[in-house]
This record gives sequence, structure tokens and C-alpha cells, in this order.
Amino acid sequence: MGKYIIRRLLQMIPVIIGTTFLIFYMVFALPGDPTAGKCGERPCPAAYVAKYRAEHNLDDPMPIRYAKYVAKTATGDLGTNRYGVKVTEDLKKRYVVTGKLALMAVAVEVVIGIAAGILSGIRKGRFIDNLVLVSTLFVISIPVFVIGALCQYFLGVKWGLFPVTVSAKPTLYELFMPAFVLGSLSIAYVARLTRTNLVENLRADYVRTAIAKGLSRKRAVGLHALRNSMIPVITFVGFDFGGLLGGAIVTERIFNIQGIGGYIFRSIYNRDGVAVVGAVTALVIVYLLVNLLVDLLYGVLDPRISHD
Amino acid sequence: MTESATVVQAVEATNAAGDVGEARSLGADAWRALRKKPLFWVSLVLITIFVLMAIWPSLFTNTDPDNAVLRQARERPNANAWFGRDIQGYDIYSRVVYGARASILVGVLTTTFTVLLGGAIGTLAAYAGGWVDALVSRVTDIFFAIPLLLGAILFMAATQPRGKPYFVIILLVVTAISILGWPSLARLMRSSVMQVLPNDYVQAARALGASPWRIIRKHIIPNAMGPLIVVSTINLGAYIAAEATLSFLGIGLQPPVISWGVSISDAIVGLRTTPHMLAFPSLFLSLTVLAFIMLGDAIRDAFDPKTR
Repeated sequence: MGKYIIRRLLQMIPVIIGTTFLIFYMVFALPGDPTAGKCGERPCPAAYVAKYRAEHNLDDPMPIRYAKYVAKTATGDLGTNRYGVKVTEDLKKRYVVTGKLALMAVAVEVVIGIAAGILSGIRKGRFIDNLVLVSTLFVISIPVFVIGALCQYFLGVKWGLFPVTVSAKPTLYELFMPAFVLGSLSIAYVARLTRTNLVENLRADYVRTAIAKGLSRKRAVGLHALRNSMIPVITFVGFDFGGLLGGAIVTERIFNIQGIGGYIFRSIYNRDGVAVVGAVTALVIVYLLVNLLVDLLYGVLDPRISHD
Repeated sequence: MTESATVVQAVEATNAAGDVGEARSLGADAWRALRKKPLFWVSLVLITIFVLMAIWPSLFTNTDPDNAVLRQARERPNANAWFGRDIQGYDIYSRVVYGARASILVGVLTTTFTVLLGGAIGTLAAYAGGWVDALVSRVTDIFFAIPLLLGAILFMAATQPRGKPYFVIILLVVTAISILGWPSLARLMRSSVMQVLPNDYVQAARALGASPWRIIRKHIIPNAMGPLIVVSTINLGAYIAAEATLSFLGIGLQPPVISWGVSISDAIVGLRTTPHMLAFPSLFLSLTVLAFIMLGDAIRDAFDPKTR
């Protein structure tokens, strides 16, 4: 197990380097003069521009700039953004918010999605099954920003059940509606995936054996069939985490959440390359770690999969 | 007793069927199953309508989508303008009809590119094996680690679509989504080719001296394409939604280009007072996405013997 984790972590290094280089390249290919507008209503003095360009290695070719950036990042310094604030400080503040949001979205997605999937799976072909299938198809086809706006209007403005926007230090209650919106697409996918796998496993021989040897149906389904149906679902949730992080950009915009997504979006608009690269790199690393965690979970769910 | 009786009955049933029916391939079998599904026909009709709309919008409307009648701005649906008018006084019905082109183009082109790229790379990795496979898989991992929406936003910001001609912007959006969309298809194709490779007919072709290119073209690709086609049909809907999301964020297509995403983005602020401006573009967008997802679902079910 320990060996496996170390090997996976080592394998992550080239992926992280490649990914960050891609991001670095795209971000610093952003057109526009980074010193424009930094000195108010007049062009910056030549001495300042020269100092700024030297500080950010703007005159080096791209691979060298990237190497210098990595060397600096390795010491834990992600540089400062346009306003002279340390990117690490910004990220720390905003990661708490987005992390809360993403975790809540995953929780919503897992709880509601799996529950709906089980309900429709054990009653295949009945009313509840059709209801789940139709409603999930409905949710999948509506773009998430429309769902967000509709929820905000009906649940927030019209019926006043949830706060319309979110404050800078959000509570769990404030984040519930955004998390639901963020996770809505995934709820639908999780429900359908759970249903398909459960239906397949319910017909398997080992479930019949379990019932034949006298286990209650609840135990046979809950312990035997469900556990084996969870592996594809967990895989999906892991991969989908990246989608959640990307989708957070839209959700955070709708509900005015001060998180990572909004930070990246604003930084792109401000041509704030240092901030964008730092924030996106952090997201990618989190995403890779989550997927490592998912792979480790396989072993827990199915003892036949071993990581030795 | 009952067991054997069922077996006998089953054998008789197959014999009876064998007397009248001829041997069918998997494709013919799937087509027979598909023909009986109402959902398949519904989605096919919807897709035909939307594709027609994209090619000849003038078949559906005589109104010029760029004809702004400011005096009637934000009018509710009425006899003159079936879907009402938007804030600029444009006829929403004709905007919706003309908007199909952007979505369908993005969906179809992105799917083509991702299938070609992902399919080719996946096949190469699986067929070549060894260090090629290892290298290709790591490169795939790098692209896979960047969330689709996040990467597309970066790419669009870096290429600055504002003010460029229609097809250039469409191609930029297609490139952005394709660059990040191919890895999942490449992984799928790789695993599916790996399942086909050890089969006897591949070995036989190799023993008969067929060139690698011929083996791949005549034996591997036809037998490994199934999952790729199903997933990419479903993905087509997701790509259309991604395009709309980019337009919604203001970095995909831009006015004066007519697109559902742009219309929704314009209308979302007026959700409370002029819901018709939001409803119709969203409805068409959702129907398109829905049609492709339903088609993919139906094809998958038809090709999967287990669900029959």
C-alpha cells in the first residue's frame, strides 16, 4: 500500500509539470501589456517597466521563464498578483470557500444521487424508476447556468427559502443552494450510474446465493449488490471533481461567491497571469490527489483489487 | 423439473425462430431493437429538425433575425412575434432558429475532431504498446488533468475571440473544447482496442501477412468503434452545453453572432420581468442536448446484449 502510494505520487510529478507548463504557456500567451494601467492615467516610467519585466522574467524565452517559475514555486512562493498581494494568501482565503462548496456539492451528489439510483434500481420498470430516469434526463439537458438562475429566482427571491447571494465568509446554510446547483448535473449522472450497476448486480449469482442462504433482501441488496455497484460510481465522482472545480466558475459567478473560480475568472480578465497560473495549478494538484484517493478507495470497496 | 421445462421451451423457441428468421449480425440485431424504441425516433426527428435549422434557417422563418424593432422591445409572445421580442426588439423566434447553427456546428465539429484525435491516439497506444503506450498515456494524463471548462476558458482568453469573424470564433471554440475533450475518448479507445487485439481473427490476419495498417483498418477499428460512437454521441450534447456556457461567461461567441448561449446570457438578468426571453433559447438548447443524449442512450442499449 505504502509503496503503491509513493509510486503514484512519483508518477504525478511529470503530469503536474506537463499540466502546469500548458497552463503557463496559455496564460502568458494572453495578449496585452502587463504593465498597462499600473501607473494610473499615464504610461509607466521606463525604469519601472524595466524593473517589472526583470522581476517577472518577461524578457526570457518561455521554457526558461517556466523553469524559473517552477524553481520559485518549489520554495512555496507563488509570487504576488497585480495588487501586490501574495497569491498564496489569496488562495488560502478562497480555497476555504470553494473547498466547502465543492465538498458540499459532492455530498449532495453522493447522498441524493445514490439514494435515487437505489430507489429506481430496486424498482426497475415501476413508477419511481421512470420518474428518476425522466427527471435526471431533464436535469442533464438544462444548462447549469439556467438551473442556477432559476433556483436563485424561485428558491431565493420569490419564496425566500435560501439566501439569494453568499457573503464573504459563507455559512453552510448559505452555500446549500449553490452546492445543489453545482452538483445537479452530477446528481443525475450518479443516479443513472448507480441504477445501471445495481440492476446488473441484482441479477448476479452471488445475490441469488445470498438470498438462498437466508439473508434478508435488505441485507443482500445493501451489503452485497450495492457495495459492488459502487466502484464505477466512485470512479465517476473522482473524475467529476475536476468538472465541479471548473463548474464552480459559473456557480460562483451566479451566487457571488468569493471562491477560487471567481478569482481565476477575474484574474484572467485583469491579465493577472501569476494569479491564474498559481490558482489553476493548485486546482490541478487537488484534482490529481482526489483521483489518487479514489483509486485507494477501490481496495476498500473490493478486496480483490489490491495495491501491493 | 420446471428448470428443464424452461430450457426445453427456450430451445423450442429458438428453433422456431430459427426456422423463420435468418442469422443476424450484431448491427442488424441492434437496428431491430432500435427500430422499436419510440425514444430513438423522437430523438432522431428532433436532431433532423435542428440540423435542418442549422443548414437552412430560412426554411423555418422569413423574419430577419437582425431586424430590431425597438418600439416593441421586450414584447411578450403574440401573433406577430410567436416567441416575443428581446431587449433589442429582435424577433426571438427567428433568433432561436438562426442560433441553431452555432450550437450544431460546435457540437458536430468538436465531436468529429475528438473522435478522430482520441480514436487515432488510443488505437496507436494500444496497438504499439511498450514505450509508445507509456508515453502516450502520460501525455493523455496531462491533458486529462485540466478540467474541460477551466481549460477552455483559459484558451479562449488567450486567443481573444472578440471582433473576429463568425467561423474563426466557432473554430476557436471547437479547438478549445477538442484539445481538452480528446483524452477521455483516447482512454476509451485504448481499452477497447486492447480487448479486440488478442482475438483469433486479429492473430489470423497477422499470420496471413496483413500489414499493420490493414489489420487496424479492417479488423480492429470496426470491432472497437462501438463504445467510442456511443460515448461521443452523448458527448456531443455535452459539448453544445459547454459552448453555451462559454458564451454565457462572455468568452465564447459574442454578439453580433446569434447563438443560444449569447441569447440566454443576455436574457438571464431579466428573468423576473421578461421570462420569455430566457425560456425559448433555453428550451431549444435543452432539447438539442436532450436529443443527442437520448440517441446515445438508445444506441448503447441496443448494442448491449445485457440490457435486452
